[in-house]
Amino acid sequence: MKAKLFVLIALAALLAVGSHFISDMGSKPKPELNLSRTRTTANGSFVVSIEPEILEIKLGELHAWIVTVKTPDGAPVADAGFEIAGGMPDHNHGLPTSPQVTENLGEGRYRLEGVKFSMTGWWELSFDITSGETRDGVTFNMVL
Amino acid sequence: MRRSCLSLPALLLIAAAGLSGCGGDDFSEADKATIASLSLAALPPAPAAPSNRYAEDAAAAAFGATLFFEQRMSRDGDVSCATCHLVDRQFQDDLPRAKAVGTTNRRTMPLAGAAWSPWQFWDGRRDSLWAQALTPLEDPMEHAGTRAGYAHVVADSFADRYARIFGPLPDLSAVPARAGPRGTPDEVAAWEAMDSRQRQEIDRVFANLGKALGAFVRSIEPVETRFDRFAAALSARKRPEGDAVLTPDEIAGLKLFLGKGDCATCHNGPRFTDDGFHNTGIPVVPGLPEDLGRQMGVLQAAADPFNCMGAFSDAGADDCGELRFRVAEGPQLLRAYKTPSLRGAAMRPPYMHSGQFATLEEVVDHYARAPSAPSGETELHPITLSERERRQLIAFLGTLSE
Repeated sequence: MKAKLFVLIALAALLAVGSHFISDMGSKPKPELNLSRTRTTANGSFVVSIEPEILEIKLGELHAWIVTVKTPDGAPVADAGFEIAGGMPDHNHGLPTSPQVTENLGEGRYRLEGVKFSMTGWWELSFDITSGETRDGVTFNMVL
Repeated sequence: MRRSCLSLPALLLIAAAGLSGCGGDDFSEADKATIASLSLAALPPAPAAPSNRYAEDAAAAAFGATLFFEQRMSRDGDVSCATCHLVDRQFQDDLPRAKAVGTTNRRTMPLAGAAWSPWQFWDGRRDSLWAQALTPLEDPMEHAGTRAGYAHVVADSFADRYARIFGPLPDLSAVPARAGPRGTPDEVAAWEAMDSRQRQEIDRVFANLGKALGAFVRSIEPVETRFDRFAAALSARKRPEGDAVLTPDEIAGLKLFLGKGDCATCHNGPRFTDDGFHNTGIPVVPGLPEDLGRQMGVLQAAADPFNCMGAFSDAGADDCGELRFRVAEGPQLLRAYKTPSLRGAAMRPPYMHSGQFATLEEVVDHYARAPSAPSGETELHPITLSERERRQLIAFLGTLSE
């Protein structure tokens, strides 16, 4: 009898905790999202790293990122061309700005300016990268 | 078996903690963080206005206030900015479409917090408060005046005030009484007959009038409401008191706003706007000319001689990021309009860019039904809201007005 009561209390506790967690889930990152800031492009041509130039990303504020492009064996890609896209897959809208690579900093590093995130949640930032005859793409996930 | 026995007390503790949270409110920690982010306490100072070096100049703002109420700043001397931006009505006019010299195609926007927005007008066709202020002055349906005419008004009545802020006015003895590039055919002809130096001098005066008006409008800030007082109590983990106590319907409406209603997707941050442009399938008003929304607005902003990168801007080359990195094209711009702030919205029907909806009930009904857009694609998805839930959502919006 005692054991049964314990089981019931435990079940109630689990339900209470569970429902609390579920109500929190809506605005939290999807667990399966890869949030790595270094990723290999879809066909393995480049290894791309991104890093914001500012310490804290604030909603609605324009800011820049440094994009580093290397070959899989670690050699910097000095002549990369970029097409940038992105948006919020959950909300069916693109980026609020058109970020552009404005400067080649050398050693495979580039400055990406004009990035802005207008709300919290899951954002994608995609790079279509061309170097010589090679063209390959990668998408980064970000959760704000 | 042993493991489950050991974990039981811990589970009970967690459950007790979870239940105690339901006493005063039962918002999740994520919702509490979102509520704090919507509070006026989270509003940062207005962003710098690099294209207007007078943006923080008190004398310029005071001069701008004078100009704002000055009816001589119009073709017939009977329209001022305050004709449509009524000071005791949140600087708007309660009309579906603004009425001045004529009737415009758009709803007058309120002004509180406009300084935080990178783009002005429903379609963002200007990129600063000062560039915005110049536009109605020459619109034939609004003030319908000319920039040469305005320079003469300033010379006749405000020459000293102008000179103390901007330096002396140019010699206007050879400048026609009415001349401007957006006027009547006669006024345009008079403008084109002026030499380029004269035109540039008048443009400079005109830009400075905009900068004074921009400095004044910058000083109009959103005010604290019941929602902010509620949010402050929630953040401080105190029980709300007095009018900070929200009714059960208002609380339920807030939860719908954050959750099922999906409102905070665009109406986010302390001004309840993402400053973005969205096609939400707002219907066409019969009889009005085709309205392309942001698709046209972004072209106009880029072509505006008074924009951040123009000759009369005080900004450096790197200061105009919003303009440089604007989304210039794409299907999502068609019939996309700026997300308006919801602060004070409950007290200022009608709604939408051309006053399409008379009541908040109509607005909520539209956003729940999510009909297809007249052109382009709506970003909305249908949601099911009961009559009660609609009432609760509207009750919550009321807490942003008092």
